[in-house]
Amino acid sequence: MDMLGKYKSCVAARSTSSEILKCSQDGGIVTQMFVYALEEGIIDGAIVAGPGDEPWKPQPMVATTPEEILAARGTRYNISPNLDKVGIVGTPCQIQALRKAQLYPVGLRYVTDKIALAMGIFCMENFSYQSMKQIVEDHCNVDLHSLKKTDIGKGKYWAYTNRGAVSQIPLKVTHKYEQPGCHVCLDYVANMGDISTGSVGSPDGWSTVFVRSTNGDNIWKKAVEAGVFETKAIDSVKPGLDLVTKLATEKITKNQKELEHRAKIGVGKGLRNPYI
Amino acid sequence: MSNKITLGHVHMSGCTGCCVSIADTYGGLFTLLDNYADLVYTLTLVDVRHIPKMDVALVEGSVCLQDELSIEEIKETREKATVVVALGGCSAYGNITRFSRGGQFNQPQHESYVPIAKLIDVDVYIPGCAPNPEMVRNVAVMAYLLLKGNDAQKKLATAYLAPLMALAKDGSRIESDSEACGCDVMLKVINQGLCMGCGTCAASCPVFAISMEYGKPNIDREMCIKCGACYASCPRSFFSFDVCGDYENILGAISAAMNPGGN
Repeated sequence: MDMLGKYKSCVAARSTSSEILKCSQDGGIVTQMFVYALEEGIIDGAIVAGPGDEPWKPQPMVATTPEEILAARGTRYNISPNLDKVGIVGTPCQIQALRKAQLYPVGLRYVTDKIALAMGIFCMENFSYQSMKQIVEDHCNVDLHSLKKTDIGKGKYWAYTNRGAVSQIPLKVTHKYEQPGCHVCLDYVANMGDISTGSVGSPDGWSTVFVRSTNGDNIWKKAVEAGVFETKAIDSVKPGLDLVTKLATEKITKNQKELEHRAKIGVGKGLRNPYI
Repeated sequence: MSNKITLGHVHMSGCTGCCVSIADTYGGLFTLLDNYADLVYTLTLVDVRHIPKMDVALVEGSVCLQDELSIEEIKETREKATVVVALGGCSAYGNITRFSRGGQFNQPQHESYVPIAKLIDVDVYIPGCAPNPEMVRNVAVMAYLLLKGNDAQKKLATAYLAPLMALAKDGSRIESDSEACGCDVMLKVINQGLCMGCGTCAASCPVFAISMEYGKPNIDREMCIKCGACYASCPRSFFSFDVCGDYENILGAISAAMNPGGN
């Protein structure tokens, strides 16, 4: 298994816009990329996870202006259905779904050619909305209404409140709430995105960026040239690519074992393996 | 062009929507017919009354067991065609004809409709109602590469068609009675601990029978017409890293095939 997937280049990067960085999860890569692509006419709109009808419940929305893109920034750490045309951001599995839909568009008419930019984000696992609620409210003791930001890093789940309190619990506690479907996932760094990005590997406030497809490469080069991103060679930053490789290997090895375990979970009987 | 494959459209009990889908790639159909396939049999378009020998038969519709001609023709299709493709939900899974119970004038005795794989072995499934024109195009291009291409192209086409062949193989088992409805997403994906809530099933459903509730598909079974699109679309029904990981090349190959002049 290829841990980091195919890529043309890898850098640490962050947006040069202080407005974007102010509220983004890390380096503001996805937000900046979509704002740039909208302004340049590369995309007409982007499908992003916007706010839903309950606190911290994501709802897919089509953002067609930079303001709408900005309203959707930050990670919500729970599942958001996310699939259609133009610019799209998704976890590795969502990008897999997208590529399958482009190759086998069984129920999606004329979507294949409409994907102008697919931004993948690194993902170790995800939570259902109810799981997230349970983690934040029952374990972190934070009401979802007063939650300002959540984060996963340094082996902990972090909850920041609007009034400045920080609550953290070890990931050991959150593991059992993970979405079961995540445990068979064999992709950590969105191997099939045009560009994929995540915090791991880069210093705080920066993001690691893999530029993968020819399409992604073209857009990335233009964006960097336009000055909307500041970049550093990935081998010049700490903790660097080694940590990305380490975590990818951990996830994929663990999940491959899970697939093997599932195959013989019963007595002479097992569960389905989706990979052919 | 002598190197073309021969393609036919066989009409069983369907609504002709699948036939429309074949033509629904607009100029794409002309490119296919100019370069890769001769249409040797189809209602209204080709004046041939009996099923001829052909490389690929695209079969639309399920088979009415009370209609002897349909039974004869589906068997003849299997004999005459190298590759039988179940085109669309009715042919592959019964789809809306599953709900038939007869009683319609002027043939009220016509009440039993079965997917074609109940009577013959089928090679490739294209689920969906109506099947997506781009899927028909992709399968036609891949069938051409499989039958007429070089070794690398044959390999690519085999890998691409593999999951659609696996669906057909499953449907062709004697004991198979796939309902091909939203239930498949429940039984084979969610119940198996495989769903990660991407929403592709909901996006694929032609009748909006699937909604995403708290990030997971919720299936309104009263709405479902059993076309099979949701399960076939699901990245956790089947997923090949080799094929999907090579999406740039494969989409490039299809698009190059559909644009042979390079314009």
